[in-house]
Amino acid sequence: MKTNDNKQQLIIQVQNLTKQFGAFTAVDHISFDVKRGEIFGFLGANGAGKTTAMRMLCGLSYPTSGSGSVAGFDVVKEGEKIKRHIGYMSQRFSLYDDLTVQENMELFGGIYGVKSSELRHRATSMLTRLDFLSEKDTLVGSLPLGWKQKLAFVVATIHRPEIVFLDEPTGGVDPITRRQFWEMIYEASSEGTTIFVTTHYMDEAEYCNRISMMVDGKIKALDTPGNLKKKYAAASMDEVFRTLARGAQRGD
Amino acid sequence: MPALKVLLKKELLQFKRNSFLPRLVVAFPIMIMLIIPWVTTMDVRHVSVSVVDNDHSQLSHRIISKINASDYLTLHSVTGSFDLSFKSLEHGDVDAILEIPADYEKSFVTGSAKKVSISANSVNATKGSLGSQYLAQTLAASVKEMRASLSPTQVGDLVLIQNRYNPTLEYRNFMIPAILVILIIIITGFLPALNLVGEKEAGTIEQINVTPVSRFTFTLAKLIVYWVAGLIVISIALVVAWLVYGLTSVGSLLTIYAGALLFILVISGFGLIASNISSTMQQAVFFMFFLVMVFMLMSGLLTPIESMPKWAQYATYVLPPRYFISIMRSVFLKGATFYDMRFNFLALAILAVVMNLGAAITYRKRS
Repeated sequence: MKTNDNKQQLIIQVQNLTKQFGAFTAVDHISFDVKRGEIFGFLGANGAGKTTAMRMLCGLSYPTSGSGSVAGFDVVKEGEKIKRHIGYMSQRFSLYDDLTVQENMELFGGIYGVKSSELRHRATSMLTRLDFLSEKDTLVGSLPLGWKQKLAFVVATIHRPEIVFLDEPTGGVDPITRRQFWEMIYEASSEGTTIFVTTHYMDEAEYCNRISMMVDGKIKALDTPGNLKKKYAAASMDEVFRTLARGAQRGD
Repeated sequence: MPALKVLLKKELLQFKRNSFLPRLVVAFPIMIMLIIPWVTTMDVRHVSVSVVDNDHSQLSHRIISKINASDYLTLHSVTGSFDLSFKSLEHGDVDAILEIPADYEKSFVTGSAKKVSISANSVNATKGSLGSQYLAQTLAASVKEMRASLSPTQVGDLVLIQNRYNPTLEYRNFMIPAILVILIIIITGFLPALNLVGEKEAGTIEQINVTPVSRFTFTLAKLIVYWVAGLIVISIALVVAWLVYGLTSVGSLLTIYAGALLFILVISGFGLIASNISSTMQQAVFFMFFLVMVFMLMSGLLTPIESMPKWAQYATYVLPPRYFISIMRSVFLKGATFYDMRFNFLALAILAVVMNLGAAITYRKRS
């Protein structure tokens, strides 16, 4: 898996990535790298530009300027190639409500060209691990929120992507479900998948290998949680966040 | 294309699981075909007539009994004064008044025929003008009969009218081919547009956009389902036309289906554009509704294009239903062939290409 080639080690490289909507600069010249296999936390207040930045990396949005690569492909020119190598779970964890658990998994796996026999095998093993096999023929629309989120993660990784982007995956669920969710993230990470996750929960930030802190479209800090706490002389990530976000102009 | 197969399966599952759509596809054409041909008729029947008989002759009696016997006219009353009849007209009980002058019959013998007056309530212009026409025809027939009895050598009609292709002048026969147009617009234009915007609203389209599936494949999978649904709807409608109204196509069914298929392509392209430029169902419905209004009122569906002002006639050249309605009516009622209709087919083909190019250009997988 790991090679000595430095390029291979860095699965995401971003230089001065910028997105403007008219006069508004949502993402303002951000630069960072993500190493292969890392759990990378992308933090920031509401409206800081996290989702916009993530959408550019996923090939859903064109950068206004700047450059970058994801999984070895150019984010400006090779958006469609990037899509073959990533998984994405949006804030709305958009599964099809009128399809069953199994059908959703087969749909999104099938799209990436995973063979149906292999797909059934993966679906069964993933659902078994979640202790959810009995619900495989349930319509997704009738499931509780926490389960929808876990399923959305399963679906986003069913084609075994090199990197998976998670946009506030644990918004609005109880602490137990959040904990289970992070167990799933660790499991995927241990299998070699790079995780790029945004979150509001500072306890979750502690679970990441490295985190970046975005304020008003710019990256204000980027380091391991331990180093950040040391640097800002804070007891918790919560304090770090408040110190950094204090000057923010945007937000709710 | 394995992705197309997967997506097609998804669309079929969703279509089947929808509690409304499969029923709509069967019930909608049947209902429309059972109801609309009866109500969208321009035939005027049962025009209520009051006769002011100042003559009391054999001829005036003949006229009155002819009115009474007519399917189009209903004899309301025979009065002795115009004022009395006019009151009924004002009241709305009577649509037209026929005033026969005194000594009307005698005036024929003397050679200088007196004039009969017809007053019709033309608030409803169609009813007024057709009603007085029917009355004039009934009158002419009565006079002719009388003349024939006076001098049997007299020749018959000066004018012979034959209604070709729709011999009984049934308005229904004229409407049924056109109703198919409405069915196609709704099933293959509205439904896919709403489906796509629905995915936008639910956010599922973003989950698809982040996969390598091309927009073409994704859209095609949706359209195939509605294309098939459209063809099923037309087939059901054609069967109803045959079973209920005894109306079958004089021309080739193959030509009808070829035209329908082209029209379906055009309309679903329209629907796609509508869904691409709308981000909510409301916008999409409004956009489609606006177009459908124009289609219905300007494509010769209800009123002939030839009687529109010149600028409007030119405008109709960009309206796809214009060509399809013309194909349907010509093939269905006159038995026109594909070759006869080649220009209409060509126009539809061009519009199909233009619409679908437009749909391809307005679709954005990335913003």
